[in-house]
Amino acid sequence: MTNIVVLVKQVPDTYSERKLAAGDNTLDREAADAVLDEINERAIEEALVIKEANEGEVTVVCVGPDRANDAIRKALSMGADKAVHVSDEALHGADILQTSKVLAKAVGTVEGVDLIIAGNEASDGRGGAVPAVLAELLGLPQLTHARKVTVEGGTVKVERETADEGITHLEASLPALISVNEKINEPRYPSFKGIMAAKKKPVEKLTAADLGLDGEVGLANAASTVLESAPKPPREAGQRVDDEGDGGVKVAEYLASQKLI
Amino acid sequence: MAPDPHDFLAVDAQLSAEERDVRDTVRKFANEELAPNVADWYESGDLPTELAKRFGELGLFGMHLSGYGCAGTSAVSYGIACRELEAIDSGLRSFVSVQGSLAMYAIHRWGSEEQRTEWLPKMAAGEAIGCFGLTEPDSGSDPGSMRTRARKDGSDWVLDGTKMWITNGTLAAVAVVWAQTEDGIRGFLVPAGTPGFSARAIHSKLSLRASVTAELVLEGVRLPESAVLPGATGLRGPLSCLNEARFGILWGVAGAARACYAAALDYSSTREQFGRPLAGFQLTQRKIADMLVAVNQANLLALHLGRLKDAEQLQPQQVSFGKMANVSAALEVARTARTVLGANGITLEYPVMRHAANLETVLTYEGTEEVHALTLGAAATGISAFR
Ligand SMILES: Cc1cc2nc3c(=O)[nH]c(=O)nc-3n(C[C@H](O)[C@H](O)[C@H](O)COP(=O)(O)OP(=O)(O)OC[C@H]3O[C@@H](n4cnc5c(N)ncnc54)[C@H](O)[C@@H]3O)c2cc1C
Repeated sequence: MTNIVVLVKQVPDTYSERKLAAGDNTLDREAADAVLDEINERAIEEALVIKEANEGEVTVVCVGPDRANDAIRKALSMGADKAVHVSDEALHGADILQTSKVLAKAVGTVEGVDLIIAGNEASDGRGGAVPAVLAELLGLPQLTHARKVTVEGGTVKVERETADEGITHLEASLPALISVNEKINEPRYPSFKGIMAAKKKPVEKLTAADLGLDGEVGLANAASTVLESAPKPPREAGQRVDDEGDGGVKVAEYLASQKLI
Repeated sequence: MAPDPHDFLAVDAQLSAEERDVRDTVRKFANEELAPNVADWYESGDLPTELAKRFGELGLFGMHLSGYGCAGTSAVSYGIACRELEAIDSGLRSFVSVQGSLAMYAIHRWGSEEQRTEWLPKMAAGEAIGCFGLTEPDSGSDPGSMRTRARKDGSDWVLDGTKMWITNGTLAAVAVVWAQTEDGIRGFLVPAGTPGFSARAIHSKLSLRASVTAELVLEGVRLPESAVLPGATGLRGPLSCLNEARFGILWGVAGAARACYAAALDYSSTREQFGRPLAGFQLTQRKIADMLVAVNQANLLALHLGRLKDAEQLQPQQVSFGKMANVSAALEVARTARTVLGANGITLEYPVMRHAANLETVLTYEGTEEVHALTLGAAATGISAFR
């Protein structure tokens, strides 16, 4: 029996043009189609796999505007059991620290959590710090950047993979927090039965005040501020390599110089 | 905001959350797992056997039926799923139509409780395939003239006859076979492997190649009384099933039309002749505009009929309207799109010729275009010109 919380975020679809709002340099959520972040689909998949092997319950926790309903419904239609949705105008412009605080309180409303699963970074902000901050706030061991996870009895083991350090093996006793990377699994499609069932699953709606965070959150209280932003420069022309019998070597050298291999 | 060229009338904005979720799921599945392979399946004239399991896992089979392992979605959700599947290929949609709307619906609507519990859960899961045998070599548009006979022998039934053009015939674990009896037409569940029953694949098709079509032969096939569908006597039985499948078709072809339009729009904006993209010529824009109108009208019509169906107000004559109008529109769009792609348009590299060829089958099966016109004529004038 593993009681799992999965953190999910609704993000602008990476296929659409993503912008910051002109007024306050916060994410312009209206400008793009919004979807459940793909890394969160993987986090949910991992939670469902663990639940299917050990029994348990999967609760999704989401901080985001009302339209994040769609992302939550997708998580529920994949097979999560219930959801907690913190939605409040006051959270507009919340930074990483605030978001982590809100998440910590929201996770606290779920009883007897054994495991928290997050994506390693959201595809919009790409800060990648929320899992670590949240683990600190909750006083839980953090096992981040997991490409493989096993839960046995009261312990969780992960294979952690990062570009700089390669692969490390981590182990912790539950409760713990893990974040997963793109290699963790291939998420399932929601089935139509799942889609029909999702409509009836409980979604608890909370405000900042419900969590006792009134007046502490939002752009005005953020520790970091975006002062300005510029569109990314147009792509430069590619580099051309003429093959004089050593094309393969040159390509490999180039990739190595870019730290790609 | 300017209208979206791919949903110009914002028809999909009318969908409920459930319907949007179904659309997104099928579209993603179709793009990831069907689109990359469909040209190969079409060329080889075969479908991989795992496909049934995959469709079953998603819940595509009998999705708008209730209970017995079926998802129980709205009719519009079912229509949307057909639309997204047929945007890839009519053969894939046919697979789902035959399984869900013909074979499973027949059992769900007209079957006994034992028949439902025996067959529907495994058919919904894609573990058992069904087919639907109505058409015969000498009986197509006029199914009342069928020659397949079922006669009573003690408490058994004995069936003799031949069924032709039966989709999924060689894949099926169970065939729903319609036969003449002393009391009129009745439906029978014939399990594969029953002595005297055989299925033979029909090859050399130039249309609907990503679909299996077969001839069924019944020679003294002996079945127990429990094999007959108790609820249906007369043509009403098979026609009620066809009505369900036609509903899926009128949605499906809106998807095929959309795919052809999208291919033409994309191609015309990148292909240059006379120093500018094809899309910059007035004649091409006329084609684009005509296709745009046809695709959006087809979608609107499908959604309207879907809402009527969910309100239990949809009449069979209105389904005929939808089948006739949308298939003709889709075929016209496919042919127009084909011209925009020039020589590339005739290859399997692009979807348009495949769709155009498929739609020739769709025009004919499930009531030919002429028969639907006669149905509409009869409904409007009160005079039947064919029955
Ligand atoms: C790929 C494929 C898959 C199929 N799958 C199935 C299946 O799973 N199960 C099944 O039972 N059947 C299936 N069919 C058969 C299909 O339903 C029949 O082909 C269809 O009903 C038409 O019958 P027919 O081909 O005998 O044409 P006919 O009825 O002989 O018609 C030939 C032409 O004459 C026209 N015509 C007929 N009567 C009239 C009239 N009164 N006035 C004016 N014109 C008329 C028709 O419209 C048509 O243009 C399939 C067909 C194909 C091609």
